[in-house]
Parts: sequence; structure tokens; C-alpha cells
Amino acid sequence: MPEPAFFVVMLVKIAVVFGLMLLSVAYLTWLERKVISDFQVRLGPMRVGPHGLLQPIADGIKLMFKEDIIPQAADRTIYVLAPTLALIPAFISFAVIPFGDRVRLFGQSIDMVISDVNIGLLYLFGVASLGVYGIVLGGWASNNKYALLGGLRSAAQMISYELSMGLSVVGVLMLSESLSLVRIVGAQSQTWFILLQPIGFLIFLICAIAETNRAPFDLPEAETELVAGFHVEYSSMKFAMYFMAEYANMITVAALATTLFLGGWRGPFLPPVVWFLAKLYLVIFLFIWIRATLPRFRYDQLMRFGWKVLLPLALANIVITAAFVALR
Amino acid sequence: MEWLLFVPLAMLALATAALVILLRNPIYCALALVGTFFALSGLYLLLQAEFVAVVQVIIYAGAIMVLFLFVIMLLDVGHEPPPWLRQDRPRLLLGLGLVVLLVLELAVAIGSWIAPGIRGPYTSDYVNAVGNTQLIGRLLFTEFLIPFEITSIILLIAIVGAMVLARRQ
Amino acid sequence: MRGAGCGVRGAMTGTVPLSAYLILSAALFAIGVIGVVIRRNALIIFMAIELMLNAVNLTFVAFSKFLGSMDGQIIVFFVMAVAAAEVALGLAIIIALYRNKESVNVDDINLLKG
Repeated sequence: MPEPAFFVVMLVKIAVVFGLMLLSVAYLTWLERKVISDFQVRLGPMRVGPHGLLQPIADGIKLMFKEDIIPQAADRTIYVLAPTLALIPAFISFAVIPFGDRVRLFGQSIDMVISDVNIGLLYLFGVASLGVYGIVLGGWASNNKYALLGGLRSAAQMISYELSMGLSVVGVLMLSESLSLVRIVGAQSQTWFILLQPIGFLIFLICAIAETNRAPFDLPEAETELVAGFHVEYSSMKFAMYFMAEYANMITVAALATTLFLGGWRGPFLPPVVWFLAKLYLVIFLFIWIRATLPRFRYDQLMRFGWKVLLPLALANIVITAAFVALR
Repeated sequence: MEWLLFVPLAMLALATAALVILLRNPIYCALALVGTFFALSGLYLLLQAEFVAVVQVIIYAGAIMVLFLFVIMLLDVGHEPPPWLRQDRPRLLLGLGLVVLLVLELAVAIGSWIAPGIRGPYTSDYVNAVGNTQLIGRLLFTEFLIPFEITSIILLIAIVGAMVLARRQ
Repeated sequence: MRGAGCGVRGAMTGTVPLSAYLILSAALFAIGVIGVVIRRNALIIFMAIELMLNAVNLTFVAFSKFLGSMDGQIIVFFVMAVAAAEVALGLAIIIALYRNKESVNVDDINLLKG
């Protein structure tokens, strides 16, 4: 491919993915409210547009025009920086996730992934490990004890579950023999890895929920204990950025679960992108379902579960998979 | 082209490293150090060491510095008076001058030095063909197996030691 | 051994020579040493030590590239593992000291007995 064309294609891909991501984040809030209201036998947002479809736009406008408050005793630099630090990792992790097969367009063959790097999975874990900064710094900079405790709790939780998450995908790596997500999807042309790695998938899913700080692992922002956790003091667009980061993270982990365990964009009849989105939203629906169903963990339960149940289970899964691969 | 990436990354590394030792607020120091780690990670990518580059971010930025932030936030460490306002400033400046001189001397001495010795088999073409991560994995589990296992023992000892030290009596 | 056109003073086009990485690493190491000497906060001294370790890592990776050997990168892997262990222990010690002295200033920690 000639260089200018390469850059144009790259820019278009980035723009499309980024745009879709923003749109998905906005409408995920609507989806979550609607699904949860269905679970609780009520209507949910209905006023703005048909079935509340314009609600995210109304919310966005409202948040933009709110007063931006910075507490007097806050550390201004970090207070302003922290939401950005939360948002950036949430968005850039999508760069290595393949969302379709190679297609031919205008005589060029185009990969349906922004960048197929040979360390894709490691890159994702690297980026994911940076998400902690936005939260822990936001909590500290607010100079509020609830925020600080929420931030520290959240960071401890994310680090603990990141470990099991990393170990849970080692089985997938052993089966696909590559860190490139495109190749991992390629290795699932026969069977999806969820069939070969059911325990790995389960551990991954639990850790993904904990990583995104969602119920039943939403202790960092437990309203009843910590007011709102690390973002108590945040308002206006800064709050919106945390909010967006949370939903963007949710989309990313769902996309990762799809790619690693559910065969990525593979599927019969329908175009690959449709399959990819369908599986993605299935996983997201699962997340919302879990939130609507399960009560919150207590902090010591959460830590005990992460270190004494998930971690040994993930290690056992690796040993069994290794034996299986060696004997094959 | 390589210089175009090397020079900004080197500048970033030096500037953030200087901030680490000059800023008064420990939290800012820690964040500056994270910046240094990122610059170094970029340099590793430039040196075609992708695995090391990503592990640098995961371990240093993702784990070690978060641990530092934790401790700084929990201990409520006060601000230290800036080093340049201390009593022994003349001696400090003298030492600083000597260090700068030493580094400059070193730079002149190795400015045009090329490492002698036998070149190994891992040329960049070969590494690109096989994959950096694959090669490191293969070496870790064959040639460096015993050091690798010892590393796990070291980490285990560290876990136990940290628990014993930090626990309240 | 001196090669024509391969030094830092050589043309600014083309590849970055090994010596550029070595000089950068030396400068970073020196900054780390200065930090250990001039700062009195145990945490920042610790960060400066990490800086020095990283400077050494940079030389390892640079040599690994320019000598066509993977050993340097493997050693960096081990250095990182040891650094992680060291940080866990070091921070635990600092916390224990803070419990006894209410300070992390190394000048306050001048007795052999707690």
C-alpha cells in the first residue's frame, strides 16, 4: 500500500472507531438504564424522545453546562489532570482489537483493526494497568477523605484482580501461540476458546467486572458507604469524563472477552462486524444483568475472593491447560 | 528518522528524571518518575525490544509506582524544603558541578565508541522474523531456566517479608 | 576502536549509535545519584534508586541490540523482577519506620535501636 493511502486509511479507521466508541458510550448509559428498569418492572427514561432515546444527549448537554467546581483545598494540577488520565487508557486500548476480517475496498486490502501489533495482548494489559492512576490520583487530589478511601480501595481492587485476569488468559495464549489478537481470532476458526477454556472465561469475566468497578464489585463508589467514592468532588465535564471512562472500559473488556473467548468476529451468514457487535453487546448485557441481580460484596470478601479463590483457580487452569497442550 | 524519535524521548527522560529529584511534593515526584518510565519504554521500542518495553509499563508504571503512590498517600508525607534552600548550598553546588563535569567527560570519552567484540546471532532481521517475545520466552525456559526459577523464589520471599514487616505487632 | 561517521558528532541522519544511548543512560544514572545524595525523604531516595536501575536497564537493552544478543533483554527482565521485590520490601520497611518515628526523613533515622 502506498504511504499516503496508508495514512488516510489509518486516519479513517481511527476516526470511525473513536466516533463509534463515543456513540456507544453515550447510548450504553441509556441501554443500562432501560435494561435495569426492565428488570425492576418500571419504565426508565421515557420523556426525552421516543422511549427516552434522546436522553444521553440531554444528559450530555446538562453535564456540559453545569458549574465546574474545584475544591479550595484540592491539588489543582492533579485534580484537573486525573479525569484525563482515566479517559485516555480507556479509549486507546481499542487500537489492537480486531473487529472484522480483511476486506477489499477501492482496490486496497484493509485489515479491520487499527493496528495488529505482535504484542497486542501485552499492550492491552499495559494500558489497563494505567487506568488505576486516574482513579487513585482523582481521589487523592480532591482532598476529601471519602474520595481518598474510595480511590485507594479501587486501586487495591484493580491491582488484585488484574493479576487473576492476566493469568486467566494464559490458557488462551498457550492454545493460540500468539499475543497478536488477530492471530488469536484466527486460531478460533474451528472452536471458540470458551469451549476449551470455560474456567478461564469465567475467571476473566469476573475479573473484568471487578476491573471496571461495576456491581457487585463497585465498592470504590459504594454510595451507601463512601458517598460516591473517588469522584465525590467532581462535577460538570470532569465528572462526565470519569463516567465516560467507566463505560468505555466496559466496552473494551467486553470486546476483549469477545476476541479472546467468543471467536471475535467469526460467525456464519452475517458480516463479521455484525457478529462482533452482537457478541460485544451480549457480554455487555451480561454485565448489566449481573448488576441488576447480585448484591455488593464486602471489602474483605472481595479481597479474599480475589486472592484465595480466583488466583489459585487461574493457576490450576494454567497447569491443566499446559498438561493438555503438552500431551496433545 | 530514528533521531526524530530518539531526541524527544531522551529529552523527556532527562527532564522528568530531573523533576523527580527537584520537585518538593512526593506525589509529583512519583508522577515525574512515571514519565521517565514511559520515555524509557519508548526508547526500548526504538531498540526493537517490544517485550521489555511493555513489561516496563506493566511492572514499573502499573505496579511499582502505584505502590509508591499508595504509601505516599497513606503516610501523609510532608513537603521537604527544596534542596537549593538548604544550609550546605555551596557544597551542594560543588558536588553538582563535579557530577555534570563527570557526565560530560564520559560523553566525550564514549562519544564515538563502538562496542568491540563478537556480534551475536540475534540480528534485527532474525528477531523480527521470529518475534522478540517468542525469543525471550524460549531463552527464559531453556538457557536461563534456573535464574528464572530463582526469581520466583525471590518474589516469594519478598511477599512474605513485606507481610511480616508491614503487619502491626 | 573508532569508527568514522558512527559517533554522536557524525551525521544526524541515519541510525542512532550505541554511544548516544550510553550517554543518556549515564546522565540518567547521574541524576539518580544526585537524588540519593541531596534528598532527605526516604521515599524520594528510593525513587532515585529506581531511576538508577532503569538507567542500567537502558544500557543492557542498548547493548543487546547493538551486539545482536538477547542476554541483555533477559537480564532486564530479571532486574525488573528483583526491583519489584525490592520495592515491596523497601516500602514495607519505610512504613515500619514511619510507625516508630512518625517521619520518613533519613536524618531522623539515626539510631540503631528502634
